[in-house]
Amino acid sequence: MDLRFTPEENAFREEVRAFFAENLDPAVREKLKSRDYAGKADLVAWTRILNAHGWGAPHWPVEYGGTGWDPMRQYIFLEELQKFPAPQPLAFGVNMVGPVIYTFGSKAQKERFLPRIRNLDDWWCQGFSEPGSGSDLASLKTRAVRDGDHYVVNGQKTWTTMAQHADWIFCLVRTDISAKKQEGISFLLIDMKTPGIEVRPIVTMDGGAEVNEVFLTDVRVPVENLVGEENKGWDYAKFLLGNERTNIARIGVSKQRIARIRELAALEFSDRRPLIEDERFREKLAAIEIDLKALELTQLRVVAADAKRGNTGKPDPASSILKIKGSEIQQATTHLLMEVMGPYALPYQPQDEVGRNEPFDGPDYAAPTAPSYFNNRKVSIYGGSNEIQKNIIAKAVLGL
Amino acid sequence: MDFDLTEEQSLIKDQLDRLLKDRYGFEDRKKYMAAAEGFSPDMWSAYAEMGLMALPFAEEHGGIGGGPVETMIVMESFGRVLALEPYFATVVLGGGFLRAGASDQQKAELIPGIADGSTKYAFAQMERGARYDLAHVSTAAKKNGSGWTLSGAKSLVLHGDSADRLIVTARTAGKPGEEAGIGVFVVDATAEGVSRRGYPTQDGLRAAEISFENARAVHVLGDPGHGMPLVRAVVDKAIAALAAEAVGVMSAMHALTVDYIKVRKQFGVAIGQFQVLQHKAVDMFIATEQMRSMAMFATMMADSDDAAERARAMHAAKVELGRGGKLAGENAIQLHGGVGMTAEYAVSHYFKRLTMMNTLFGDGDWHLRRLAAMGGLFDKAA
Repeated sequence: MDLRFTPEENAFREEVRAFFAENLDPAVREKLKSRDYAGKADLVAWTRILNAHGWGAPHWPVEYGGTGWDPMRQYIFLEELQKFPAPQPLAFGVNMVGPVIYTFGSKAQKERFLPRIRNLDDWWCQGFSEPGSGSDLASLKTRAVRDGDHYVVNGQKTWTTMAQHADWIFCLVRTDISAKKQEGISFLLIDMKTPGIEVRPIVTMDGGAEVNEVFLTDVRVPVENLVGEENKGWDYAKFLLGNERTNIARIGVSKQRIARIRELAALEFSDRRPLIEDERFREKLAAIEIDLKALELTQLRVVAADAKRGNTGKPDPASSILKIKGSEIQQATTHLLMEVMGPYALPYQPQDEVGRNEPFDGPDYAAPTAPSYFNNRKVSIYGGSNEIQKNIIAKAVLGL
Repeated sequence: MDFDLTEEQSLIKDQLDRLLKDRYGFEDRKKYMAAAEGFSPDMWSAYAEMGLMALPFAEEHGGIGGGPVETMIVMESFGRVLALEPYFATVVLGGGFLRAGASDQQKAELIPGIADGSTKYAFAQMERGARYDLAHVSTAAKKNGSGWTLSGAKSLVLHGDSADRLIVTARTAGKPGEEAGIGVFVVDATAEGVSRRGYPTQDGLRAAEISFENARAVHVLGDPGHGMPLVRAVVDKAIAALAAEAVGVMSAMHALTVDYIKVRKQFGVAIGQFQVLQHKAVDMFIATEQMRSMAMFATMMADSDDAAERARAMHAAKVELGRGGKLAGENAIQLHGGVGMTAEYAVSHYFKRLTMMNTLFGDGDWHLRRLAAMGGLFDKAA
C-alpha cells in the first residue's frame, strides 16, 4: 500500500495544469469560478481546443479517439479540470451516449456520431425522464411505432438539460407495450430538427432555465437511428447509468468551491474581523473538508480497483457511496458559500451570459451564491436520487 | 497510488484472522475478560509467536521491520473481535516511544523484550484536570545523581495494571500546560514508590490510577527538557492505529447488524425488508467506508516528519472516528432493538468500544477545533 501518487502521475498532473493555463481563456475560468457556469460558445470553443490536443474524450478506447490513459490518469485529468476550473466536456455526449454508441451501436453510427461528439459538433441531450417516470424510469410511456423505414414517436420527456442548445437527443422509447416494462424499451437517436419536436424551458428556483420539457408529436425517426436491438434499450440505459464512476463524486468541484469559500470568507467581515477567523465558521468548513478528504480516498480506491480489473467488472462496493456522499458535500459547500455572503446573498440577479444591467448593492461575487445553493439541490435528485442509491446499496451490497 | 497489501502483509493478515476466528469468538472473549489480567495471556503468547509484537521494529532489535501499514492490518483485525490484549499499549505506544525516542543503546536493551512478548508497557500520561491536553503535566522529575526520580499521579493509564514498564511524562521545568520542560521516562511498574490501582473501563478493557513517590526512572528517552515533540509523534501514530481499529470494530458491527435484520422477523417478514431500516444500514455502511478511507489516510501520514501535516491528518481521522463511530454505533443498537440493549449480545460491546475510542487522545470536537485553528485540511493546495 502506497497512497502517494507516482512521480509519473505527478508529472502528468503538471502537464495537464500547464495545458489548461496556456489554453483556456481566463475570462471563461473567471466565469466558472464566480458563477459555476460557462455558456454554450465557451464550452464548444474549449472542447475543440481539448479535442485538437487529443483530449476530447480521454476515457474512450483509443480506436474511437480516446487517450489510452489508465483510470488514475483519467481521474487526475478530471480533478484538475474541475479544480482549475475549466469547462467540463458535455457529459451527455462524451460520458453518456458516446460509450453507448461505441459499445452497442452500428458501424455507421460510430463513424457518423463519435467524431462529432468528441469535437462537440453535435450537442446531445438526454431523453429519459418523463412527467410520470422519475425514479421509476422503466415506467416510461413515450411510444415509438414502426412505420416502414421509420419509427413514429409520440410522448413527452422532461428535465431535459440544455435541450435548448441540442442538435440531437438520445431517447428511451416504448416499442413493445405487451412486454414487462423493462423489456419493451428501445434506445433511439433523434435529430432535434425533426418536425414535431417542441422544447419548452422550465424555470427552476434559482432563476435559471437549464432544464426543459421536450414534446414529441408524430416525430419520424429513421430505423437506422435505433441503437443495438429493439426492446433492449433498458440494458443500454443501465450500462449508461453505471458507466460513470470516475467523476460522479465531483471531488475537484468541491475542492474548487472550498478554495472559493476561503477566498471570499477572507474578504467578508463578521463582528469586525474576517469571517474566516470566526472559530465556528472554520469548524464548519473543516468538518466538510474531512468528509471530502475521506471521499477522495474512497474515490481513489474505486479508481484503483477499476484500474486493476480493467474497468469491465462489477462496480466496487465502495463506488455506490460516491454519488450519495459526493452530492451531500457539493450541497454542503454551496450552502456554506451562501452563508459567507450573509445578507448579500439576498438580492436577486437574473443569470445571463451578457452580464448584468441593474446596479447591485453588494459585492460582485455575492449574486450567484444563493442561486448556486438552490440549483445544487438537484444533485441529490438527478441520476437516481440518493434514496434510490440507498435502495441499490441495500440490495446489491448488503443483500437486503 | 497502490491500495494493495504486499504478499507478506496479506500473509500476516490471513494468519492473524485465522487465529482470531478460531480462538476469539464472543464467548471466548467473555472468558478472557474474566481472567485476572483482564485479557488472555495465552492469546498474548500466540501473538508473540506469530511475530506481531516484533512487527514494527528493526531487524537488529529482534524486529520484522514493518511500518504503519502492518500496524493498520493488526489493529483492524483486533478491532473486529474487540481484542482485549494490550497490543496498543505495549507495541503501538510503548514500542512507538522506544522506536522514536530511545538511544541505540536503549533500543538494544529494551526493544527485544517487547518483540518477544515478555515485557508489557503502558503510557502514563494523563493527569487529573488535563482532559486532552498532553502538555498538562505536573508530575515532577527530579535529577538524582546520574538518574531521575518521579513524583506525582497519573490517571486512566490504559493497561497500566498489567504493564511491566511504564512510559511516564514528567516535568523537569515549567508549569502544567507549557510545551517545554517535559521529559519522557521509563519506570519499572513494580519499582519502589510506584503504586497502582487497576479497574475495568466501560469497553471491557483495563486502566489504572498510578501514583509515583520518588520513584526511580530506569531510562530517560531523548532530551528530558523537550520531550513533547516525541510525545506528539507517538500519539499521532497511536491515533492512526486507533483509526484502523475503528474500521475493524465498525465493519464487524455492521456485519452483525445486517445479519440480524435479515433473520429477525416482525409483521411476518424479515425486518431488513423495511426501507427505513435498509437506509439506516446503508448509512452505517457509508460511515464505515469513510472511516476506512480516513484510516488509510492516517496510516499514510503516521510516519511523516512534517509534524503539522501529520497532526492535520490525525485530527481529521479522529473527527471521522467520533462522528462516524457514533452514527454507526447508535444505529447498530437501534436496528437490533431490545436485544441490542443487552450485555449478553455482542453488538452492544462494539458500540461501547467505539464510544470509548472517541475519548482516547481527544474526542471529535476537540480535534475539529484544533484542525480548524490550524487553518483546516485543505489550506495548502490539495
